Amino acid sequence: MAKNGVFSRLRRLEKSEETEDFSACLDSNEVHVLAVDDSLVDRKVIERLLKITACKVTAVDSGRSALQFLGLDEEKTSVGFDGLKVDLIITDYCMPGMTGYELLKKIKGSSTFREIPVVIMSSENVLARIDRCLEEGAEDFIVKPVKLSDVKRLKNYMFGEGRVQRQDRGLNKRKLQETCDVSASPSPPSSPSPDDALSSPSPPSGSSPYSPRSFFSSPSDNPSLLNLHFD
Amino acid sequence: MEVDQLQRSFLEYSRLLFHEGFLDGQFSQLQLLQDESNPDFVFEVVSLFFEDSERLLNDLTIALDQQNVDFKKIDAHVHQLKGSSSSIGAQRVKNVCIAFRNFCDEQNVEGCLRCLQQVKQEYLLVKTKLEAQLRLEQQIVAAGGAIPMLNEFC
Repeated sequence: MAKNGVFSRLRRLEKSEETEDFSACLDSNEVHVLAVDDSLVDRKVIERLLKITACKVTAVDSGRSALQFLGLDEEKTSVGFDGLKVDLIITDYCMPGMTGYELLKKIKGSSTFREIPVVIMSSENVLARIDRCLEEGAEDFIVKPVKLSDVKRLKNYMFGEGRVQRQDRGLNKRKLQETCDVSASPSPPSSPSPDDALSSPSPPSGSSPYSPRSFFSSPSDNPSLLNLHFD
Repeated sequence: MEVDQLQRSFLEYSRLLFHEGFLDGQFSQLQLLQDESNPDFVFEVVSLFFEDSERLLNDLTIALDQQNVDFKKIDAHVHQLKGSSSSIGAQRVKNVCIAFRNFCDEQNVEGCLRCLQQVKQEYLLVKTKLEAQLRLEQQIVAAGGAIPMLNEFC
């Protein structure tokens, strides 16, 4: 492999995206994202987007699989692979079987998992749909195709005990900095009980107050929402 | 062939693909995701797109050949094709899908058949071009050069 080619791309990425050193961010406390999308192509892309922003990723192809992974389905008390805590769920809206909206409702309806931020992705930029998702407790709504800048914005939603939040310059801030308890002790080791391993005991701000302003900030912060596609 | 020359050919070819609308900014986004740890990322995603698309086009052909056309099913397939083409930046394919869905809404069989024909054509075109672009990339790498990127389309 031509090392030159790789480095020149990386440097361009750093310059154009003003990348923070995410890799230094969280090693043992790595952020774990559960990605849900029925499209193989989209799963591959979102997985890579998340990994490149230093997240651990579990990608599944349906709402049902997501619930099974979380242990919400059929009363299975699975805590997922290696008992990994899920810090964010990002899901497609349009999926056969269970839609992303239905998945969102199930998660927000669960006392164990309602604190996990859920982000919806959709190719359709329909305001009514966006509103419905936000009302149901979604943290954000990303219009597909998903870009690197969209995923970097998501880092702001990933809080939890023991996580150090870095000041991300130039990214859309959701004012979570002051609510994050940086001095909190690290998460307890995974245990069989979903309650211990997966709930965050003192979520910084209950269900994050949704700030309408995050959708109407400057285009450079939220390009996906301001790119209205009239399909 | 000189690395310089290969790189120039590659850039010229890439620029053309963007200018003619075969590819859009989303393709550049994918290129940004390729690095040392994932040197074949674009190739892998594009390959998945090819497999996915061929399956969908096949399903669409069968569905439109039925006595009683199931427009709901057709719309679902086109929606998928539109999604994946959008995710890799295959703009012209995506655009035909948009028109295709409108004909589905209208339950217009003729319109759908025309779109199917068109989307197959666009798919073959972009496939050919992406494969040609990939071959150029491989030549550059084989000659020990760096794959240049078009920043203006990010």
